[in-house]
Parts: sequence; C-alpha cells; structure tokens
Amino acid sequence: MASSSGKSLFQKVWEAHTVRTLANGQVQLFIGLHLIHEVTSPQAFGMLRDLKLKVPYPKRTYATVDHIVPTDTRAEPYQDPLAQGMIDALRQACKEFGITFFDTNSGKQGIVHVIGPEQGLTQPGMTVACGDSHTSTHGAFGAIAFGIGTSQVRDVLATQTMSLDPLKVRRINVNGKLAPGVYAKDVILHIIRTLGVNGGTGYAYEYGGDVFERFTMDERMTVCNMSIEGGARVGYVNPDATTFAYLKGRPYAPKGAEWDAAVARWTALASDKDAKYDDVVNIQAETIRPTVTWGINPGQALCIDEKVPTPEGVPQEQRASIKEALEYMKLTPGAPIKGTKIDVCFIGSCTNGRLSDFREVAKFVKGHHVAPGVKAIVVPGSQIVAQDAIKEGLDKIFRDAGFEWREAGCSMCLAMNPDKLIGDQMCASSSNRNFKGRQGSPTGRTVLMSPLMVAAAAITGKISDAREVFAPEPVGA
Amino acid sequence: MSLAKVVKVEGRAVHVPGDDIDTDRIIPARFMKCVTFDGLGQYLFNDVRISPADGKSLNHPLDRADRKGATILISGFNFGCGSSREHAPQALHKFGIRAVIAGNFAEIFFGNSTTLGMPCVSLSRENLAKVAQAVDADAKLNVCIDLAAKAVKYGSASVPFEMKEGARTALMDGQWDPISQLLEGAGAAGKLEAALPYLK
Repeated sequence: MASSSGKSLFQKVWEAHTVRTLANGQVQLFIGLHLIHEVTSPQAFGMLRDLKLKVPYPKRTYATVDHIVPTDTRAEPYQDPLAQGMIDALRQACKEFGITFFDTNSGKQGIVHVIGPEQGLTQPGMTVACGDSHTSTHGAFGAIAFGIGTSQVRDVLATQTMSLDPLKVRRINVNGKLAPGVYAKDVILHIIRTLGVNGGTGYAYEYGGDVFERFTMDERMTVCNMSIEGGARVGYVNPDATTFAYLKGRPYAPKGAEWDAAVARWTALASDKDAKYDDVVNIQAETIRPTVTWGINPGQALCIDEKVPTPEGVPQEQRASIKEALEYMKLTPGAPIKGTKIDVCFIGSCTNGRLSDFREVAKFVKGHHVAPGVKAIVVPGSQIVAQDAIKEGLDKIFRDAGFEWREAGCSMCLAMNPDKLIGDQMCASSSNRNFKGRQGSPTGRTVLMSPLMVAAAAITGKISDAREVFAPEPVGA
Repeated sequence: MSLAKVVKVEGRAVHVPGDDIDTDRIIPARFMKCVTFDGLGQYLFNDVRISPADGKSLNHPLDRADRKGATILISGFNFGCGSSREHAPQALHKFGIRAVIAGNFAEIFFGNSTTLGMPCVSLSRENLAKVAQAVDADAKLNVCIDLAAKAVKYGSASVPFEMKEGARTALMDGQWDPISQLLEGAGAAGKLEAALPYLK
C-alpha cells in the first residue's frame, strides 16, 4: 500500500526517534544502535567516570578494535605501547559498563562499519551513531547513521541520546546503466566531484534510481560510506528486497514471526512516492567513468583518461587550492593522470574491504603479478571477511600475485597502526581520504580509486586503466 | 554542570589561510593514540609546522613570535572537513584558540567546537578577506567576536557573521554542552526506548 504522507525515510526515522525539543532548539534524538571503537571512546568513558554516570542501555552499544590493530600479527603486547594502552582501556571500559566487545579473539572483530552490517546489527529504520565520520556507511540499510565526536559518544553512552538539528534531504538519482569497469566507488567519487566537498553540508543524501536499485548491499555501503566526503553527514538508500535478503539469518537480525513483522515495518519506512525533498539531483550513469583523485581532498578527482588541472584553467578563487595540491602531490599541471608512478597499493578499508571487493579483484589478478618495487597489501575488513575469503582461496590468489594478505583492521587508510607510507611515497588506495599526510607520512601522497583500479596500478606500477590492464576479460560492476 | 556564558571572545588573531583545511591536518592521526585530550595542543597542525625532513620550524603562522598568545584563528572555507575527531577542536583549544572565524565549517567540526564552548563564526568571502588582511597587517590588532551583536569587530571596523542560531544562543546561555539537558530527558527517552521495535 503506497502511503501518501509525503515523507522521506529521513523524516520518518527522525520523528520516530525524537524524544523532545531542547532549550537550544535542537532535538533530543534517541540513538537505537551505538557502535564504538578504541580511538574515540576512551575520553568518553573518562568523562562518564568523572561525572559518575552509568550506561543505561548497555545492550545498545557494541565495541570493536580497528584503527590501531597491527595487521601482520595479533600478538600482544603490541610493539606500540600506546596502541596496547588503547585496546586495554577499551577492554576495561566494556567490562566496567557491561558492553559487548568484538575483541581480536572473538572471530568477529573488524572495522566497525564492516562488522555492524555483517552481524545484522545495522537494520532499516534505526538511528545509528559512532565516533567515526564514516558511520554514514550504515545508511545503506535505510538507517539514519551519524558520525559523532567524543563528547557525543559520552552523551550516547550516558543517555542513549544526542542533541542535533534535523538535516535537509537531497535526493540523488543515478539512472541508466554503469559501463563495464565502472564501480560503486566511481559513482561516489563522481558525485563528490560534481556536488563538491562541502555541497552536502547540512544535508542527508538519499541515493536512488536504477543503479542503486540494482546495487548489492556492499555497493550501497561503498557509496554511503563516502557521503561525508561530500559534506553530507548522513547518506542512505531506501530498504528493499535486497536489504532484507542480506539481513535474513544474520546473528542480530529478527527471526521467525519477528522477522515477518520487521520486513513489513521496514518496507513502510521507505520514502513515500510523494516525499518532498529540499533538492533533487539527477545523474546519468553512462556519464560516469573510472575515477581517481589527483589532489588533496576527495573532490579533486579526474576520470582516468583526463589530465591534471592547471592553475590557469580554473576560476581565480580556486587557484590557490589547485597550486597547493599540485605542489604537494608533485604532479605536472596538464599532464595525463594515467601513467603516474606509484609505490604502494592498498586494498581495504570501510569503503572497499568487503568480500565482494576481494572476489572481484581476485577474478582479474589471477595470473598477473605485482610490479617490481611496488608494495601491495590486501586488508580484509573483518575476521569473517578474512575467513570467507580464505575458504574461497582468495588469499592464495593474492599472495601468488605478489600481494601481502593481512589481518583485519583500518590499516593504511589512516595509518594509526604500523602500516604507513614512508617519505613521499605515492599510494593507490581503495580508501576514502587523500588529505595531506593521511596515510602515516607527513609527505605521503594518496590517490583514491576502486579496488580493481588499485590492482591495475599494482601490476603496472603506475596509475592505469583497469579496463586496459585486464583486457580482454570484461570487467564491470 | 555549570558552564560559563560565552558572550564575547576577544583577543589577537592568527591567520591560517586555505580552504578545505581538514582534521587530519589539524591533528594528524598518530597523535590520537591517547586516552585523554591533554597534551594535544603541542601537536596542532604538526605536519605543516615542523619539517618532516629535519624537524626544523617551517615558520607557520602559529609559530611566528608576534602571533604568540593569539586566541582567535582565521581560516578559509569548509574549515574542519574530514573526520569527526573531536581531537581537532580539542587541539585548537588546548593550544589556546578560543574561537574560529572562517568562510564556513564542516558540520561535525562545528558541532564538536560548540560543545567545547568555542564559537565558530562564518563570514562572506569579501568580509573574510577584509578581516584576514587587517589581521595580517597588524599582529597587535584587537579582534572581538560579539555573539550578541552577531558581529566581528576588528580595530574600528565591524562585519556581520553568520552562525546557526541554536548554537549562538546555547553559547550565550551557557548551555553549549548539552549533557545536563540530555540527562533531564531520561524519563522521556526511557518511554521511547520501551516502544522501539528493535534491539530489545
């Protein structure tokens, strides 16, 4: 039955979780699912202790360790005593406050935005919060998921609520069909390039259209993950049969009669046909090509066959930024981006560290080999992803091709563990940020792209077009 | 928890130019391996203040002798983009910054700063350039962010600023850290929780 209340999913979920309006005009919003990790939680627990507060709903918070875990060995104590201190602090806090911790010996540890969906914790219609801006990932399930700061982590732990302003909603339709070799990663890089890195500030992005209807949950997660890089704190896809099929049977998903009731409830959450949006953007899928970043923010991106910009070629107010980026990345203005030498390759992260990403790449790298002098690492997003990949022999395919197969964690995305760039190494990466110094070296350089494009770069030693490197095998989403 | 009312922030300013200055640049991730926020101040903008090659000062605006003790930071557009890390505004605050003037701010950074009682005010491109120029020309210039008047006063000049109204009044009323108000809503939150159909 089509409902005609004219509401978006965002509005429905927001209203269902509104506790009350506060004196400052913000809403006290109930957070149904809270995810925590070791980097943004210690100070929050410290604040709880200082304020002598308890966690009233401990069963609504789940913890993992991801940012600081080494990926070459799990042996403790870690070589980095600060890292050991952080995992110890989280263990202590979870015990003290009664919180479930998917620790490294649980078989369920992994990057927080990989394990939530994997465990069936993330469900349509929830509000989700986590002290990590890529929390937007969970929106792929039709949840409203926010990245939050440590004081807000404290707020959620202590009250299961946060003080927030509602967001406007921009509907982004991607219609048509993606060309071979064009992946979900390219879709979101294209959207950020088009709308800008702060185009989404104050907005939630609702993604829809033919392409999203056809996407798997992993693909929807890749896109929602990088909403924040476009300034949108929240990004989501309306729940549908694909969503329900993914969730069915997962550990925390409803079962039996509760499952049927949940599906009915979830179906009704989708944005109404007459939902009113604050803005609508239409993108034709056929215009999206394999995309790589060239600069020092995710919006500075190019199609693989394009040339690096020149300062003269952009409007006056952008010139300083372009010059700064060109200088840092040590790129020649006006030169093709294809052919740029790379030193390190990283396939992993909460953006592209799921089984489907590794399956897709393994299909094509079989029989190829990482170029001499290139360091290439493959980091599963979770212990379960790793286990499943090993069952399918993917780890062997990668190792035979000269990639290092690692244990689960955030790894080189932000290099808080030992996986770091050295000096001004150039890294082809399937992660989500290319800011100066992002990958562990103050002069390290990052080029973002899809996992298959990273593999192509690993094999040739240069930024390459995966459609050429892996021809005549047809590649495609 | 009783908080100070933030009505005015007044002092000397320091200009850190550039758009899209992200939270990785403000506080590199490797300095976040801590369980408290103490000690973050010295690592503010670390990798653009200290040469990675030889550890020598790069003469960043924050390190110039005549900017020592500045309490107001002026920057460009989309300031604080990237991560949700509260370590970013905390590093600014621990360094001694008490307010930020920019073209506009990333949303999570704005919220985190407000929660620390550190106002983030937005100026038009033209006005931002005027204020930055005046600050660059005179290190002793007194800058005043007047929350009641919704204006940035510098020397004898003044320009209007924009800021989310809720944040502005919260700062002025001493309600900028919402924890007390959220705790007061515990009963109502409990009623909503009981009716939630998931994760029971």
